[in-house]
Amino acid sequence: MGEALKIQVNGQPRLCPTGSTVGDLLRELEIKTERVAVELNLEILDRQDFDVRSLKPGDRVEILSFIGGGGLVSGERTEGGRTDV
Amino acid sequence: MYDDRLVIAGREFKSRLWVGTGKYKDFVETRKAIEVSGADVVTVAVRRVNITDRSKENLLDFLDPKKYTILPNTAGCYTVEDAVRYARLARAAGVSDLVKLEVLGDEKTLFPDTAGLIEAAKILIKEGFIVLPYTNDDPIVAKKLVDIGCPAVMPLAAPIGSGLGIRNPYNLKIIMETVKVPIIVDAGVGTASDAALAMEYGADAVLMNTAIAGANDPIAMAEAMKYAVQAGRLAYKAGRIPRKLYATASSPIEGML
Repeated sequence: MGEALKIQVNGQPRLCPTGSTVGDLLRELEIKTERVAVELNLEILDRQDFDVRSLKPGDRVEILSFIGGGGLVSGERTEGGRTDV
Repeated sequence: MYDDRLVIAGREFKSRLWVGTGKYKDFVETRKAIEVSGADVVTVAVRRVNITDRSKENLLDFLDPKKYTILPNTAGCYTVEDAVRYARLARAAGVSDLVKLEVLGDEKTLFPDTAGLIEAAKILIKEGFIVLPYTNDDPIVAKKLVDIGCPAVMPLAAPIGSGLGIRNPYNLKIIMETVKVPIIVDAGVGTASDAALAMEYGADAVLMNTAIAGANDPIAMAEAMKYAVQAGRLAYKAGRIPRKLYATASSPIEGML
């Protein structure tokens, strides 16, 4: 621990403790791992690898999940159509 | 009611009405509308998780995955690369290989980019996906999609969310005669009669979102759609009478004074 490492999560800058894994990040964000997909620098990770993939400075993490949708573009959704994990 | 199941890629569906989950007021309304519609397939989109506000609820907490087949889509994707990326993310986040593939060509019409669609479908099928492509009402494209391995095709009735109804019934008819896989009419339905017509023409199912979610009373419209799809299907199976220009009396002439 100690020094923080700077990464990007869903397009936003974020500081994590050095040595953090993807699993640590998800726990810190209180995101349940079922029903999410995680991309680390454009590589889609297997769920069982979340706890072994450690984060490095400059990493770009994308965390995605299912939201309400039919065949819409994102801007068309009402607020109520949004969801999170 | 009657045993008339829809089978796609070995999966059985009891409802021929499939519904989207966008545009509802809240998740309670979403769940209620879907329940009332009787649909057992629901489409969802894949998007970034809101990491700044963790208090928000998840749609999937409102939909029992044992009751519904969750069909992720690639809505909002305008390139082959994006559509393939979102399909892979959907598979990583979900539980199945099913994907409703959309590669859109234009923001104003949301018409499919059919060249991109075929290309993306090829890539995903090779990776083991069960690709249900959202396509134009174009019989040639439908045939190409089936030839490369799509187990169903989803031609539009009209642009997404337009509510214009079936703009080209003859093309849909030709698609139904051209390909031997289930046809799911997807997008453009405005009201119950549109859904009934699609089924009367011989569609195997209808997928809609805005027609229900955007109605003044989405729950009532969900119920209307359920009956419309059932009625249209029954009428199709029953076989309609031919159209004739002149009257044919229903009552006998014999015995008249």
